Amino acid sequence: MKLNNTPSKLSSVPQLRKVAKLGDAAGAAVQAVLKPAKALGFPYRKPSVPKGQTVPETPSKLGADFETDWARKAPAKAVRAIVTNGPVRAVIKLLANPEINGLDRLADLERLDKTPALIFAPNHHSHLDTGVMIVAVPEPWRSKLVVAAAADYFFDTKVKGTLAALTLNAFPIDREVTGRKSSDELRRLLDTGWSLVIYPEGGRSPDGWGQDFKGGAAYLANRTGAPVVPVFIDGTGSIYGKGMKKPKPGKSKVVFGSPLYPIEGESTRRFNARIEAAVTALGDEALTDYWTSKQRAAAGTNPKLTGPEYNGWRRQWALAEHRKLGKAGQRRRQKRRWPDLG
Amino acid sequence: MPRPGFVLEVDRSTPSILFWRGENFSLEKLPAGRSRVIYPPEPLDAIKDIDGAIRHALLNPIDQDPLPALLFPGMKLTIAFDDVSLPLPKMERPDNRQRVIEAVLDLVAEAGVDDVHLIAALGLHRRMHEYELRHALGDRIYDAFHSRGMLYQHDAEDHDNLAVIGTTDHGEVLEINKRAAESDLVIYVNINSVSMDGGWKSITTGLASYRCLSFHHNPETLENTRSLMGHRHHSALHTSVWRLGKVLKDHGPKIFQIETTLNTDMFPKPFEFINKREWEWTAKDRATFLGTTKALNRTPIKLARKIFHGMEGPHQMTSVQAGETEAVHKLTLEHVYKQQLVEVQGQTDILTMGIPFVSPYNPDGVMNPVLVMCMGLGYLFNMYRNKPLVREGGVIIMTHPTYRDFNPVHHPSYIDFFEQVLTDTTSPAEMSRKWEKQYAEDEWYKHLYRTGNAYHGVHPFYAWYWGAHGLQHAGKVIIVGGDAPTVRRLGFTPASTMDDAFEIASDVVGRNATITHLHVPALLVADVQ
Repeated sequence: MKLNNTPSKLSSVPQLRKVAKLGDAAGAAVQAVLKPAKALGFPYRKPSVPKGQTVPETPSKLGADFETDWARKAPAKAVRAIVTNGPVRAVIKLLANPEINGLDRLADLERLDKTPALIFAPNHHSHLDTGVMIVAVPEPWRSKLVVAAAADYFFDTKVKGTLAALTLNAFPIDREVTGRKSSDELRRLLDTGWSLVIYPEGGRSPDGWGQDFKGGAAYLANRTGAPVVPVFIDGTGSIYGKGMKKPKPGKSKVVFGSPLYPIEGESTRRFNARIEAAVTALGDEALTDYWTSKQRAAAGTNPKLTGPEYNGWRRQWALAEHRKLGKAGQRRRQKRRWPDLG
Repeated sequence: MPRPGFVLEVDRSTPSILFWRGENFSLEKLPAGRSRVIYPPEPLDAIKDIDGAIRHALLNPIDQDPLPALLFPGMKLTIAFDDVSLPLPKMERPDNRQRVIEAVLDLVAEAGVDDVHLIAALGLHRRMHEYELRHALGDRIYDAFHSRGMLYQHDAEDHDNLAVIGTTDHGEVLEINKRAAESDLVIYVNINSVSMDGGWKSITTGLASYRCLSFHHNPETLENTRSLMGHRHHSALHTSVWRLGKVLKDHGPKIFQIETTLNTDMFPKPFEFINKREWEWTAKDRATFLGTTKALNRTPIKLARKIFHGMEGPHQMTSVQAGETEAVHKLTLEHVYKQQLVEVQGQTDILTMGIPFVSPYNPDGVMNPVLVMCMGLGYLFNMYRNKPLVREGGVIIMTHPTYRDFNPVHHPSYIDFFEQVLTDTTSPAEMSRKWEKQYAEDEWYKHLYRTGNAYHGVHPFYAWYWGAHGLQHAGKVIIVGGDAPTVRRLGFTPASTMDDAFEIASDVVGRNATITHLHVPALLVADVQ
């Protein structure tokens, strides 16, 4: 068999060579196609930098420079309307079940033929605050609401930034540096009828107590004439406060205050102090009642949002007492049960 | 620019005119050539900065020191406010009372005043439900004051908490709420929907006892009240009230009166057509009217009532003035008349009016037959200045289903009044003599008034007396579309249609009688020359 086969094998050699040649050509073609562009060299790849030369850095498109204009165009608005009225509302209801008070204080503005853009200035304890605000802010402002979000936290990656802009209509602002670009852009938004949620504390509370207010809201109001609506949010800190790994569902309360207008000649600092005092008084109103808060406001004795001056365990102890008064405390309260007397 | 009211002479080109029929409407064709329709002025523009205007009024009162100058730590302060009978329909939040009281409390807190009581000045009206107090005052005030016992409702039968201030030279005793009487300052917050309200009437009726009220809420006074909504000196009721006011001024606590007026923008968007002149109805208005009336014809009455009483009027504040009671009230009346006054030449033989689903005495309740009479003859008939729209001996035609239906929670004594008193007599003087005392002193009615949400036992009598002048003045009263036995019990004549009513009226005023229609909704006072 072997001998018989030899001539036929030999006769097939040129054919095999032909096939091999074809295979090589195909392989080369595939390789040429598959060869990474970088292997092809300039101009298919980045040019090498001559020694002694430096290439200037390309401006970052992340952080405060994240482009969000597209999020205020019709397609994004349509998507956001579905997201905020559906999943966001459901999640907020499930986790924080907010009780909303003080909307009557906005009734006069709501009735105007042309409702003005507003700057909502709430205290800030939790990531849930933004969702709570989106749910609580009434129409016509809700559908034209921009949320000022920390650029370094929400816009540090493209995915996070895109999601924040799409779902929350978040706008990046720099917490550390007063960026002229951010403020100019926010002014432009306010001038074009977009309302703004801005957390004057600059970030979530690190220890459950509030922080001193920064002047962003007051500055913008002074520049644009837009009224500032002080808002107090109670309870979200203990539902999903800073440092908590997972949320503990509970109740929250949102109290809207009367719109504050910048007075002619009033400095940003003074106006900021008024906003802080108003949120402080609302905090007192949320935890006690309207009249107690009014009396204390007149006497200048509303308990500070920033908590007691002392540090350490006493501060935390006081926080627990403070929370007992508010919505956060209600989560732990037992429902009164009457004995069954048959 | 709102257009003033005017009188339309009905001719063949005039469309049918809108009439209320309780919880529904109808369009009625009025005879051409002898009918006219009085249209109210269009709603005036509301104040632009309402809260600013309130604050300005408190700081710049009329004939009195600014409010902050009247406040001092340690003082006893009472804030009294009008009850749920005003405004109609209830206004969108925030109510005038909430706005004014919040502005007052701002100043009160700044002055360091702790002893503040808020009292609903309801006289012999029913106690307000919690949701009504919340609507009038806002949740903030309710939550802060009610739980502390600092917000409550006046009780005209709580004799331990009533105090006599003095007696007028006509022997009328002024007895009012003790807390108010002993206060260093009483601030009264009013909503002046009609010119009859406000002034000294606020405190001397709202915070008064039954004994005090009986001096002027009686048939004799009300028959002699010849202009309830017009000039004070034509009104025996107001003359008596002003005498009591003088006693209050001379011997009572210091009063700081705050009065507000509203425009007549009374019905929200889907019901815009109600406030429009018929020939200005758009296709949408006509469709809404047709849809509404057809749907209401098939709607159970309880549901229809719920829909109507659930409405919140977009009416807004047109003025606010504070200070000395009489000076304030004078200005208030100017604002009320600016909104409501329409000049009308001469009286008429037949006055027609549509009776709505609500009167001051049935907010969120049933417009029972007694209240139909009160609304027609007590209120709408009295919407004039100088002389009544209908001549003496003329005919009044009302449209209302006049069902025999009562709210047993709000109007328990009305049920007995209808069954017991009206079967005996419809004469105000006679029922006053024979029956009033029994109802006024009935312990069960008192109990329901004091602890539930019932009008005082004597209230149906007062509602009837309110129409005393109308009863005495009119030659005949006809109700179109009413339940016939119920209408007859009231002493009136039932008619199935407006044409039938005109036919019946011709027996009294002849075949060519003149007809005037008072176009309500929207309020108007006819200044009859």
